Amino acid sequence: MIDLIDIILSASFWTAAIRIASPLIFATLGELICERAGVLNLGIEGIMVAGAFAGWMAVYSGLDLWSGVAVAFFVGVCFGLIHSLLTVPFGLSQHVVGLGVTLLATSLTYYAYRLALPEVTTPPKIEAFQPYQVPVLSDIPLIGPALFAQTPLTYLAFALAGVVALVLYRTPLGLALRAAGENPGAVAAQGLSVNGIRMGAVMVGSGLMAVGGAFLTMSAFDSFFFEMVNGRGWICIALVVFGAWKPGKALLGAILFAAFDALQIRMQQTPIGAVIPYQVFLMTPYILSILALVVMSRRAEIPAALMVPWNKGER
Amino acid sequence: MAETEEAQVVLRLDSITKTFGALTANDAVSLALREGEVIALLGENGAGKTTLMNILFGQYTADSGTVEVFGRALPPGNPRAALDAGVGMVHQHFTLADNMTVLENVTLGTRSLWSPRMDRAAARARIAKLAADFRLAVDPDARVGTLSVGERQRVEILKALYRDARILILDEPTAVLTPQETEDLFATLRKAVALGLSIVFISHKLHEVMAISDRVLILRHGRLVHEGATRDTDRHALAALMVGSEVTAPRVASGTPGPALLSLVDVGTPDEGAAPGLKSLTLTLRAGQITGLAGVSGNGQAALADLIGGMRAPASGTLALGDTPPARWSPRAAVHGGIARIPEDRHKTGTVADFDLTENAILERYMDAPYSTRGWMHWPQAEAATRGIIDKYDVRCPGPGTRIRLLSGGNMQKLILGRVLEAGPRIILANQPVRGLDIGAVNYVHEQLLAARDGGAAVLLISEDLDEIMALSDVIHVISEGRLSPPFARGSMTPAELGVWMAGHGFEEERAHAS
Amino acid sequence: MRLEPIAAPSLARTFTPPALALIATVVIASLLAMIAGANPFGVLGLIVKGAAGSTFALLETLNRATPLIFTGLAVAVAFRARLWNIGAEAQLYAGALVVAVLGTGLLGWPSGVLLPALAILAMIAGALVLLVPALLKVRFGVDEVVTTLLLNFIFLLFVSMLLEGPLKDPMGMGWPKSPRLIPEARLPRMVDGLRLHWGFGLALISAVLVWVVQARTTLGYEMRAVGLNREAARFAGIPVNAVLIKTALLSGGLAALAGYSEVAGLKGNLTLDLSPGFGYTGIIVAMLALLNPLAVVAAALFVAGVFVGADSMSRAVGVPTYLADIMLATALLLMVVAILLTRFRVVRE
Repeated sequence: MIDLIDIILSASFWTAAIRIASPLIFATLGELICERAGVLNLGIEGIMVAGAFAGWMAVYSGLDLWSGVAVAFFVGVCFGLIHSLLTVPFGLSQHVVGLGVTLLATSLTYYAYRLALPEVTTPPKIEAFQPYQVPVLSDIPLIGPALFAQTPLTYLAFALAGVVALVLYRTPLGLALRAAGENPGAVAAQGLSVNGIRMGAVMVGSGLMAVGGAFLTMSAFDSFFFEMVNGRGWICIALVVFGAWKPGKALLGAILFAAFDALQIRMQQTPIGAVIPYQVFLMTPYILSILALVVMSRRAEIPAALMVPWNKGER
Repeated sequence: MAETEEAQVVLRLDSITKTFGALTANDAVSLALREGEVIALLGENGAGKTTLMNILFGQYTADSGTVEVFGRALPPGNPRAALDAGVGMVHQHFTLADNMTVLENVTLGTRSLWSPRMDRAAARARIAKLAADFRLAVDPDARVGTLSVGERQRVEILKALYRDARILILDEPTAVLTPQETEDLFATLRKAVALGLSIVFISHKLHEVMAISDRVLILRHGRLVHEGATRDTDRHALAALMVGSEVTAPRVASGTPGPALLSLVDVGTPDEGAAPGLKSLTLTLRAGQITGLAGVSGNGQAALADLIGGMRAPASGTLALGDTPPARWSPRAAVHGGIARIPEDRHKTGTVADFDLTENAILERYMDAPYSTRGWMHWPQAEAATRGIIDKYDVRCPGPGTRIRLLSGGNMQKLILGRVLEAGPRIILANQPVRGLDIGAVNYVHEQLLAARDGGAAVLLISEDLDEIMALSDVIHVISEGRLSPPFARGSMTPAELGVWMAGHGFEEERAHAS
Repeated sequence: MRLEPIAAPSLARTFTPPALALIATVVIASLLAMIAGANPFGVLGLIVKGAAGSTFALLETLNRATPLIFTGLAVAVAFRARLWNIGAEAQLYAGALVVAVLGTGLLGWPSGVLLPALAILAMIAGALVLLVPALLKVRFGVDEVVTTLLLNFIFLLFVSMLLEGPLKDPMGMGWPKSPRLIPEARLPRMVDGLRLHWGFGLALISAVLVWVVQARTTLGYEMRAVGLNREAARFAGIPVNAVLIKTALLSGGLAALAGYSEVAGLKGNLTLDLSPGFGYTGIIVAMLALLNPLAVVAAALFVAGVFVGADSMSRAVGVPTYLADIMLATALLLMVVAILLTRFRVVRE
């Protein structure tokens, strides 16, 4: 018990939690945008893998870090294009296409990795994003180091949550996007293109997922490993539900989730961790996600046209 | 107003022709709407009204012909063009997002998608002004899902006016309204005309057409068959033109009532969101009688149909088949209890689109012999039974192996009729049985219901079309907010009197009287 | 752009798009092989040769196809009822676990009793693993896609925990693997002298049985109705939730047989790398088979052939073996489009 309080009151714990939350925030916001427009994007897991590799590879090949982020985003957009082309105008099963995109993105990434680095056994490192201490603010006890001594990508993740909320609720574009996920017929009746809005949302959302993946290789770590995304994409889908499709709540959900994750890592080092197998700790994030889904399933306001394809002929 | 020949033509459709394969949906249709004028566009289902409006709104491209608004030709196939030129459409099925507010629904798409902000304050002020000018009171911050049908229609009209529409097109606007709400709508429309707007009113309700329009145009099989001032014609002449021959109002002999086959006593069910449940409802369905249930959509018809159809059990009160309350109430119990269920939505609940006719024909009885025994299907028997239905009910199709999604609405409904009537039901639950069917299919369905009644079945006919209810029913009940009116015998009530009940009046007096 | 249903698709309509999808898949694979610096025709030839060029290669393909038939059937059964079981991986390990625990001497029965008993117990274990998400879906409306996906991770960690704990083979030189099965718990070979165990036979029998269930029983009819239109099924009196639960039990049981057959037939013990994603690949198999149980066998052989052939090709010319995964993902995506185009035509408005 003492251990637990010690952990929660340590600055390093919260620093780690915010760092763990960052890729989840990017990807959860990306998925949220897709779903708000009416498209479930199960390509998220594979797109994160592709983004992780693309950003890292770009920097490894000589680009600067921010160009690497842009490359990752672009790669995500490309997979988003494939996904949305099949699910939006063709109206194909979003489950099947999403899983197909995940398989395609993952296998293309691994293929590219093997081609680019055929001989290596340990993957090379890059000069990753370094923490930037915000003057004055980072000296605040506990929250200072947690919130204001992170890498620029983390700051970007938090800023993005605000931007996404602003766009969704305060601009005509966001209004149209939400309407496309609630009643596409209302959008079409205004002469707006439902398919265009949905495809755009999926592409931008997929770009953000890829940046979430890139965070792993360019900020959290400095190298690319197979299996490094390890189900984070699926967790983000649960986080969107947990966040009731609202950017602010999704942000809080990601932080809460990351705090539990950081906690289980630290608990492994305590006397309790010596007794309980480490796998039990590793399971907790997944179990928590399922519990979150169960708790939220009845309350959340799911976009009315989520997973409902829009066909111009029918109304 | 129409007599001022010099009034400017605001909308002109010139020789519009559109074909779909072998079908000519519009055959050289021309139409001119003048400023401050209301024209009514009449026609049966499938006469080409919807196609014509879809061409105006750029959803379809006409094969030939032009559309002009305020003297300017609209580019074909561009959905925005008509909106931008000042034409507003109020669809029969509202295009509103339930989870969003009135303000959000009204402003959707009114600003460039790339403009940085929405300017809610200005939008709010403008909506308030329009609401005052046109008598369209509605709370801009209410979520649309919480509004009544009448209020939603006001939002639709506000949407059009907010976009500076000078021409309003209303597609069957009164189908979902009570007679009183219809009067409110007409008041708004008259206000709009007084302010110089022009209106196209699409309907098949003749008395409304007579009440609101200056001129009447009638479409039949895609062709314009009549055009003239409303005051020069009457309802009978219009009806004849619409159908293509002199219509004689169907003379339906009354049935001879027999014993009660199904009775509900003080039945209650919980509300479901905006849809009201049943409030202590008592109803008896007698053999040899058609009981009509009149009412505005969304007043508990669905709850009652679900109850009788076995989709839900009463939360309070009793349901009895004959004299005995069933031990378990489920769809299967209802079917085996001799209830034939014709569902409201034949596409969503009545059939499985990708099943073939055979698989659809046995949907309710696949567990029974001869279609299956001990879990094994007997497809040859099922197919034979389906062939029987196809022949007897004149289902036009290539064969029992055809996927049902390829059938027309009328043929689909015939298969459903066959499915439920072949079992020799004692009770028939007909929920909107002719919605969306062409006139031939409508007559066929009505004949079948009357024949079943004369054969001793108890029929409950649920419809939003008061004319249909009044023509067929031996006894009429009105349902409003889940409450049921007393029974009215055939011919004892005028439509206006029923309309009072449909609007929810009379129930309190009834209750006070009873206690 | 609009999709218009075709009333009576012609023969060309039915076969051209799928054929084009397969050709496009091969073209894309060739391009990727060229990027890797290899001769595309050589690469494709090596894949075919590696998959079916010799008795050894063919047996390898059949062995690899065996678990894929089971997981493919599991997915096909579930998807048919629109139950999105993405958790065949976890169910596979549940089946494997049962064999690894009970097949090492705990049950000292003769082969003729032990093998069927293990199969049934494995199926029950797999069914129970899918029962959890199915119940969550039916009771709380929780989307089963995410729960079954997450359960894969949870279950793999669970197996890992057991393999490093109570199930660890004391003779395993420290590796996390379970002890060897007793001989009575091993599936015999189908033909003497050929390296093909009875798991393959069981897979074929399962495919036929699943087909019979779907086409000839009331349960199969119910499962199809529930999958195609849940609302109409409920209205007609089909107990939708009960059908979904039954579907889940059948699907989970079939996936578990993949684990059963891999441990009892091929490997003889349980390790964490028992399945290189057979559960996920089962989705591709099922989709390529258009969810038809008999076609699952053919699709599994094709998919297994691509994997086995790519392995052998990779060893020969050094093009990464992930080419196989790319080919299958591409085939999956193009095939769903192709199937759509057999039934709808694209109309420009």
